[in-house]
Amino acid sequence: MSVRTLPLLFLNLGGEMLYILDQRLRAQNVPGDKARKVLNDIVSTMFNRKFMEELFKPQELYSKKALRTVYDRLAHASIIRLNQASMDKLYDLMTVAFKYQVLMCPRPKDVLLVTFNHLDAIKGLIRDSPAILNQVDETFQQLTEVYGGLSAGEFQLIRQTLLIFFQDLHIRVSIFLKDRVQNSNGRFVLPVSGPVPWGTEVPGLIRMFNSKGEEVKTVEFKHGGNYVAAPKEGSFELYGDRVLKLGTNMYSVNRPVETHMSGASKNLASQTQESIAPNPLAKEELNFLARLLGGMETKKPSDPEAGFRLNLFATEEEEEQAALTRPEELSYEVINIQATQDQQRSEELARIMGEFEITDAPRQSASKGDDLLAMMDEL
Amino acid sequence: MVAADSEGSKDPGVRQADLGLLVHWCVLPFRVLLVLTSHRGIQMFESDGSIMVYWHALDSGDASPVQAVFARGIAASGHFICVGTWSGRVLVFDIPAKGPNIVLSEELAGHQTPITDIATERAQGQDCVADMVTADDSGLLCVWRSGPEFKLLTRIPGFGVPCPSVQLWQGTVAAGYGNGQVRLYEASTGTLHVQINAHARAICALDLAPEVGKLLSAAEDTFVHIWKLSRSPESVSIEAAPLL
Repeated sequence: MSVRTLPLLFLNLGGEMLYILDQRLRAQNVPGDKARKVLNDIVSTMFNRKFMEELFKPQELYSKKALRTVYDRLAHASIIRLNQASMDKLYDLMTVAFKYQVLMCPRPKDVLLVTFNHLDAIKGLIRDSPAILNQVDETFQQLTEVYGGLSAGEFQLIRQTLLIFFQDLHIRVSIFLKDRVQNSNGRFVLPVSGPVPWGTEVPGLIRMFNSKGEEVKTVEFKHGGNYVAAPKEGSFELYGDRVLKLGTNMYSVNRPVETHMSGASKNLASQTQESIAPNPLAKEELNFLARLLGGMETKKPSDPEAGFRLNLFATEEEEEQAALTRPEELSYEVINIQATQDQQRSEELARIMGEFEITDAPRQSASKGDDLLAMMDEL
Repeated sequence: MVAADSEGSKDPGVRQADLGLLVHWCVLPFRVLLVLTSHRGIQMFESDGSIMVYWHALDSGDASPVQAVFARGIAASGHFICVGTWSGRVLVFDIPAKGPNIVLSEELAGHQTPITDIATERAQGQDCVADMVTADDSGLLCVWRSGPEFKLLTRIPGFGVPCPSVQLWQGTVAAGYGNGQVRLYEASTGTLHVQINAHARAICALDLAPEVGKLLSAAEDTFVHIWKLSRSPESVSIEAAPLL
């Protein structure tokens, strides 16, 4: 597995999150200055230098559960409040969109162009804040440094690592269903037409050479698809035409952001058997979260009244209904980490989590890590 | 039939996916072994999967922290089993007719980037001495002659794209590339004889039906193609024609 995947995963999912929040802020007619503040706060938290340092360290990808916790925290770095159902839906949309983008990349390396598309759009959302723009540009430089020199084989490994992370994710998104890029069973439609990737020839030709290297025969054949040559290569510079449309903002005020829950079975009573064995990665996951969240500087809202609720659904009734009917196997079992807003080292974070209310039953635990795990299970 | 499961733990929220997890039956003169590769090492089992006869842990000593460590590419050649690694080294294991006394006899150096695939065929006679070809992430192909000491016969350079899959047929190397091309080379000289613009996306796998000379290519563009290969006896030229 590639240990260089996390920055790409985080930045692209973050970009999708911003597109969706931006759409909802406009759909809910939130006043311009408040909306701008929300986006500025989230972007500046996302691109905070200390946070980026942690992100870019070579590391394995953790579970969707762990990653979801980071976005929960990120969304609440602003003055918006999202309840569980809306946060679930937000995360669903983000992950399905990025899965689609990764799958559709013509070359494995194009995932970098997708990332640049997200960054370009993010810069558009925070146009008025030069300090934050600078942070985003610095991240751009870092991406170029880390990924600019990777070979096609290394990008192929990154691609596989990302696709494994998204395996079995088949949530249906109404924009995709309407545009017929997703089938009603949640699988994506793979197009067999359009431009070939940069560096690939249009299929349909066989060339034969003799031992001197001279071409002696050519045969054409019908490939079955309808491909054309690639017009030009997307730009990997700070500014440039990316050519690829994947990763650009597909939401506008009028396009709805609905998801359809497509659980494997409609029978909610069927439970997957819970494993009794402790998750061996759980401790590492907690450390990862502690490091990342510890690096996240979140601002205390100056006026507590300024916070407001954002709804990912059209009405509050829909939101309630979604929470009640979400299929069991799609629940995220969110880890709630109530860290304070100042920077915390991981030991401090662990100490704070240890100060949660504990249940009546006394527990023997061998280490602080086990304590944390037990506490997580009881939340 | 063997299927490989990539889930390491029971928790659906955590996927300890094992990239490079491959399973391959190795048919040797006196026995069949089941070989598994992963990021930890190489396991060899008796053909019914009942006993593990050999375990080789991968040496990640030289790897930098950003490098993925794994074994990938398995093939049998005579009484040897060859397995590729992340460093480009090909491990050659000497397999006895029975029992667990398996020995790592050689480490072939020819590649600098991770091995993607290995293909072998029985040597065709004194003219065709090449019986193994190895491929890597840079698209480089190495053609070998097996023996107590493996000999590197030819190097066929890549052109900037990985070669995920390779086959060997009657002294012809068939290679599928990340840019959707299938190329056929003369194994002993490395001369390019056929270049097929076969697919619009990276080729995932090639398979060969040696008795009838049919080559199958499968790619990420959702297509599967079958090609008829032929060698013309007089002028040692290789031809390919599309069948499907």
